This record gives sequence, C-alpha cells and structure tokens, in this order.
Amino acid sequence: MKPVLLLLALLTAAAAPRSGYDDASPETRAMQDDDDANPGFLWVREGEAQWSKPAGPDGKSCASCHHDATISMRGVAARYPLIDTVSEQPMTLDQRIAQCREERQRADPLPPESEAALGLSAYVGLQSRGMPLHVRADSPFVAAGRRLFETRLGQLNLSCAQCHDERAGMKLGGATIPQGHPNGYPEYRLEWQAMGSLYRRLRDCMTGVRAEPFAPESLQAAELALYLAVRAEGLKVETPAVRP
Amino acid sequence: MVRVLLNAPKQVPKGQPFNVKLLISHPMESGQRRDAMGMAIPRHIINQIVCKLDEEEVFRMNLFPAIAANPFLVFSATAEQSGTLTITFTDDNGVEQTETTPVEVV
Ligand code: HEC
Ligand code: HEC
Repeated sequence: MKPVLLLLALLTAAAAPRSGYDDASPETRAMQDDDDANPGFLWVREGEAQWSKPAGPDGKSCASCHHDATISMRGVAARYPLIDTVSEQPMTLDQRIAQCREERQRADPLPPESEAALGLSAYVGLQSRGMPLHVRADSPFVAAGRRLFETRLGQLNLSCAQCHDERAGMKLGGATIPQGHPNGYPEYRLEWQAMGSLYRRLRDCMTGVRAEPFAPESLQAAELALYLAVRAEGLKVETPAVRP
Repeated sequence: MVRVLLNAPKQVPKGQPFNVKLLISHPMESGQRRDAMGMAIPRHIINQIVCKLDEEEVFRMNLFPAIAANPFLVFSATAEQSGTLTITFTDDNGVEQTETTPVEVV
C-alpha cells in the first residue's frame, strides 16, 4: 500500500505545473507562437530532411521504417522517457533516436547537440506539440529521480527542488526561476543563441551550482529526466519552445 | 548554404501591403568577443539583405554587429503584378545566397 500512497502524494504535489512559457516575456512567447519567427524551426526543417536521408550500409532512412512521421511519431514525445522493455532502464527520446540510428539504421552515431541530432529530436517532438505529457510514474526510477531532484549538489550546496519547487517565480539575478519543466525540449534559448537538448539545460543548472554534471549517458541523467516528466504531468508538449 | 525560412503569402491583393518574413541560420558573430585564449573572434555577420520582386528592388537593408544569431526579419511590400520574390544576402566571408518564393496577385 505504501508505495501507492507515496505515488499519489507525488502526483498531487505536481497538480498544477506551470510551463516556463508562462514565465517568459510576451516577446519571447510571441516568438514561440509564430512558426515563421521561431528559430527552432530552422532545426525542425533540418530534422525533416534528416528523416528521409539514407545512411548506413543498408541505405535506410528513418522514413524507410517509420514512413510518415506526422503519423508514426504523433504522441511519441509525450510518453518519453519510458522504461525500455529490453534493457529495463529508463530511456529518453534522444536515447531512443540514437538507438534507432545506430542499431536499426546501422549508421554512424550523430554527435550529441549536433544540428542533425537536435533536428531529428525537434522534428519528432513537434509531432506531439499540444499533447499533454503523460509518462508512467510507477517505477523505482521515478522515485530515484525525485531523490536526485531533492539532493543538494555542488559547492553551492543547492538542490534542484530548492530553486524549482521552493523558489519558482522568484528572481535569480535577472532571470525568473521557472518551475523547471522539460515540456519544450529540444528548445531554442536566446541565451545560447541556439537550440539545445534537455541534457544541455540540466548540465547548465548543475554547473550553475558548481556541481560535476551527471554524464549524458548516466542512469542519473535519465532518472532525473524521467522524474521531470512525471512532475510535469499534463503540461502540453511545446517543442520547439523558445526560452530566455 | 545556410538554412533559411522565407515566408510570404502565396496570393496577395493587388497593391495591398503584405508581410515578408525571413529567418536565417547564421552565427552573427559581432567581432567584439574573445575566445578562451584571449584572441579576438573575427566579425562574421550578414551585412546586406536585398529583396526584389522580379527585377524591381523592393527592400534593402544594411546590417551591423549586435544583431542576435539566427536573425528574424519582417518587412512589408506591395505587388502590382504576379512575380517571383527574391531575397539575396551577403555575409562578411563573401558568401552570397539567394532564396525565392512566388507571389501571385489576385
Ligand atoms: C530498420 C528499421 C528502423 C529504422 C531505420 C529506424 N527505426 Fe526507429 N524504430 C524501429 C523499431 C522496430 C522501433 C520499435 C522499437 C520498440 O518499440 O522497442 C522503433 C522505435 C522508434 C521510436 C520510438 C517509438 C515509440 O513509440 O516509442 C522512435 C522515436 C524512433 N524509432 C525514431 C527513429 C528515427 C529518428 C530514426 C532515424 C534516425 C529511426 N527511428 C530509424 C525501427 C527503425
Ligand atoms: C540556483 C537555482 C537553480 C538550481 C539549483 C537549479 N536550477 Fe534549473 N533553472 C534555474 C533558472 C534560473 C532557470 C531558467 C534560466 C533562464 O530562464 O535563463 C532554470 C531552468 C531549468 C530548466 C528549463 C525550464 C524551461 O522551461 O526550459 C530545467 C528543466 C531545469 N532548470 C532543471 C533543473 C534541474 C533538474 C536541477 C537540478 C539538477 C536544477 N534545474 C537546478 C535555476 C536553478
């Protein structure tokens, strides 16, 4: 019974998540709202081209197996990260795409944060835009992710929760501290003047408190991403979002 | 070739202003930053954008540093007859690129 109660408490705590969109300025929101003005669409178009570009020894593209992404990828981003049935480990959408690229397409891995990798992720993510995030919350990995979220890190000795749960809406320097939701990734940050993955954002927040960031492929990074998605339950996917 | 999103209405009323939207993937390096070794990073910006409707120039813009990367531009134009809208931009490295989109007057 106990884990069930714990879970319920966890879900009610995240009852009304507020998207980073609502903390952004009207100008930034307007940029996100207009597909012609949203620089994220430069990456989306790159991803669309990648989708049907053959690679690897079999000359296959993503489209060879998945055909029309607007149909096959609809709703996919809204249910990631999930627990992979083969490895029984949490897997992010970016990891799934990398797996397909390397094991099924049998092509060279796309470097993380490259135009091609971000493009594919943005193009797949876009197919779920407007759909509510809904990932399964009943796994020990979610609880582990929550523990990480609440653990103090780095020389500044701050936890994610101290900023994003306890101080959301307050200021850190000139920036409003958002609740820290993952619903817009990959997203265009004006500060980066580029598109970036959720992992890049987490790395920035971790180095921000002068902690050694979890490695991109680490279990911790995936658990944290999984907990963030559970915490954002019901928020609409905004990929490609624009943030300050 | 850099990625460009050029958007104008496919059909426009004769003589009525319409918006042209342009988004260009470009670093727009200002020339005022230094790298980790303290060396100046050379300026690398788009310095000129020219828009024509067939042979007629309808818009020209000179750009300077302090414009963000991946610049977004909106301007208005009018058309008396159908034609091809052509955007040509040039950057500090001498790269020139042209994008076109048809505009039909109705
Ligand atoms: C040789 C066939 C093949 C190719 C090529 C391929 N995939 Fe896949 N993909 C699959 C299969 C099979 C699955 C289902 C795996 C599973 O459910 O365990 C899958 C699953 C996925 C999923 C998860 C879907 C879901 O509902 O959870 C995504 C996202 C994906 N692929 C993206 C891509 C992308 C992007 C590319 C190109 C880089 C690509 N795939 C190339 C066969 C392929
Ligand atoms: C010292 C306060 C602080 C801490 C600690 C912190 N963050 Fe952040 N985080 C921020 C601020 C401020 C922003 C927004 C930056 C901006 O808008 O320029 C942000 C942004 C984010 C975002 C992006 C939200 C969006 O809408 O795009 C996510 C996700 C995030 N943080 C997750 C985390 C995680 C996970 C941790 C713990 C590893 C963490 N943060 C630790 C201050 C913090």
